[in-house]
Amino acid sequence: MKNTIKDIIKPYQGEKGSLIPILQAVQEKTGFISEDAVSTIALSLNMSEHEIYGVATFYTQFRYTKPGDHMVKVCLGTACHVRGGEQLLNRTENILNIKPGQTTPDSAFSLERVACMGCCALAPVIVVDDKIYPNVTSPKVEKIISKYSSPDEKE
Amino acid sequence: MDFAEIRKKAVAKWEALQSSKTPVIYLGAATCGRAAGIEAVAEEIRKTSKKLNLNIKLVEVGCIGPCYLEPIIYIQKNGHPSVCYGKITSGKIKKLLEDYLVNNDPRPDLALGTLGDGQLNGIPGLFEHPMLKYQTRLVLRNCGIVDPEQIDHYIARYGYLGIKKALEMSPLEVIDEVKTSSIRGRGGAGFPTWKKWEICHNVQSDDKYLICNADEGDPGAFMNRSLLEGDPHAVLEGLLIGAYAIGANHGYIYIRAEYPLAIKRLEHAISQMKAYNLLGNNILGSDFSFDIKIKKGAGAFVCGEETALIASVMGKRGMPMPRPPFPAISGVWGKPTIINNVETLGTLATIIRRGGEWFSGFGSESSKGTKTFSLVGKVKQTGLIEVPLGTSLKTIIFDIGGGIAGDKKFKAVQTGGPSGGCIPAELSSLPVDYESLMSAGSIMGSGGMIVLDEDTCVVDITSYFLSFIQAESCGKCSPCRIGTKVMLDILEKIKSGKGEMADIDKLSSLAETIKNASLCGLGQTAPNSVLSTLRYFRSEYEAHIVDKSCPALVCKDLIKYAISEEKCAGCGVCRKQCPAGAITGKKKKVHIINESLCVKCGICYQVCPSKYGAVEKTTGFLT
Repeated sequence: MKNTIKDIIKPYQGEKGSLIPILQAVQEKTGFISEDAVSTIALSLNMSEHEIYGVATFYTQFRYTKPGDHMVKVCLGTACHVRGGEQLLNRTENILNIKPGQTTPDSAFSLERVACMGCCALAPVIVVDDKIYPNVTSPKVEKIISKYSSPDEKE
Repeated sequence: MDFAEIRKKAVAKWEALQSSKTPVIYLGAATCGRAAGIEAVAEEIRKTSKKLNLNIKLVEVGCIGPCYLEPIIYIQKNGHPSVCYGKITSGKIKKLLEDYLVNNDPRPDLALGTLGDGQLNGIPGLFEHPMLKYQTRLVLRNCGIVDPEQIDHYIARYGYLGIKKALEMSPLEVIDEVKTSSIRGRGGAGFPTWKKWEICHNVQSDDKYLICNADEGDPGAFMNRSLLEGDPHAVLEGLLIGAYAIGANHGYIYIRAEYPLAIKRLEHAISQMKAYNLLGNNILGSDFSFDIKIKKGAGAFVCGEETALIASVMGKRGMPMPRPPFPAISGVWGKPTIINNVETLGTLATIIRRGGEWFSGFGSESSKGTKTFSLVGKVKQTGLIEVPLGTSLKTIIFDIGGGIAGDKKFKAVQTGGPSGGCIPAELSSLPVDYESLMSAGSIMGSGGMIVLDEDTCVVDITSYFLSFIQAESCGKCSPCRIGTKVMLDILEKIKSGKGEMADIDKLSSLAETIKNASLCGLGQTAPNSVLSTLRYFRSEYEAHIVDKSCPALVCKDLIKYAISEEKCAGCGVCRKQCPAGAITGKKKKVHIINESLCVKCGICYQVCPSKYGAVEKTTGFLT
């Protein structure tokens, strides 16, 4: 693990203001910001771990636990809100039996609420991994999730 | 290769595509097109053309605006104007390709319009389409038309002639031209662009920074995403012009990580610029040198504020700082820094190329030029539009947007995102310019325009914005940190039917304090949604407080669902879909909702077949 983190940091060495891009790269490659990653970053940037957590926790992008295999994001931007985004979130919470920020016990799904995906004209939307589902209604949520539930039906 | 040579080749390449003997199919492949399924459509086109033994060329373009018609494709054959088709599905492709490409019938019945010169089988021009007819596209002129990954397409359509002309002028002359254009910042505050530039130009420094703010954080707005995905070079050329004017040698594009396609397009565009000496040392043979780096935002709305954005670029917590010093004097690493919005930059090349006076011919007396808006919410024709400033709300919502979806009643339009306000239907003849919106209690903002109908509750939407602001408040100053939380608590109390009349006064006085005492723009504008809804929709607040009813039937604690005995046919759809198991009933018998189990998710209301319409929502039962 430590070695991978060091490899990720390497291209940024010596660059001013590189903490956020490093955290983004670590999360992109490893899925989340682990305690180990923070201590490795702290050593190589000559910063305290507190400073790093201070910056990281300010931004909503960063996660500190391992996410599930599939990331379900329910958009709650204004356009999605007025077209029933909240209902979609409730429905998704019910189906997955978790709250936003949590991961299912079998590590299959993580759930997040996001502020806006910029697909407002097709609101409300749900995003699973990188796929955006437009004009979703509550009954459709179950179908979308089920596409990712069983291994042989995975997209 | 000098620029004249580059341009000659680019024009030849573009013209060859326009008059291609091989049919060309253009795919609307921006994020909205992808979400609507353009990739599956492209796959089907490849398969079908193989089966029909057709040789075709596929070109990906950005979004032309009417997102509600996605996925959109254009077919261009034998140098005829291309024919645009909307809501294309894989199923429709086979027949369409056969009809048009094999049997020469462009299917006018399916076509939305033609794009390009000339007529075809009586199909009207695409820009005659009601959604496009009232628009003036200066910023979006290339979106949906060029391949954003081909710098040559941009150059062929007069691209980089703006920077070329600018380099033949002095920086002060460039600033003067921008002054003549009267363009004001398109990010929200509307500060004159030239003024900012002049301050920075006059500061002596070895290093200066120009940042493109692409951290489009307003929920309900996607103008910047669409422009960056559809025509990244327009923004990059603007960045060059701005940098030359203020004397900057470093550029950043601060862009939301939620926009992966826009980031990819920018990265690609930057590498193409380098190959043509449009970036790096001695750009186009001049003394001007400039580089651009992309910084991905990490999800903090407050970073739209200049000083917070600068802190974030430097790798810190994105907390705003008191001003002065203004960033134009001391910004990134203490160096003079200018931050311009994506759309402002995207307009500059055209301003320099065609002249400030030409640009100021568009728009109203106080607000010159055009502005893009994301027209969304409860409107029939949703999408990205560009209109001259001063266009009335009515024209935008009813002519361009086609009116309210489901023929419901128009209630209000929300502009300016969480910092803006709600403008009621009565004011629909209001011209959209900086001053008029401000006097109506809202702001222009970056261009989000969310249309609300009679089914939208203003107390709910206000509490939505407040919860957004409250979550995004950086916590530095107490008026914003504590004030927005207290306002949100009061709004939730009203929504739950526990509000008192005194709460309205409390909201107003809190709003004034937060507005006057907050450190940065986020806090100062946070109360706008409360103030504007109290101004225009006070009676709706009172209905929640006095009658304990939600007239729009939205606030969960104040509504209940019931199944009409007369209308229910016992089809059982609602029973099967109810996540709470609250509905009981035998097949073909009237169903009943058990109120104590009902979670008011509204699924039964949505799924009950419209021919029955048996699920009913009521409010006002608490009094």
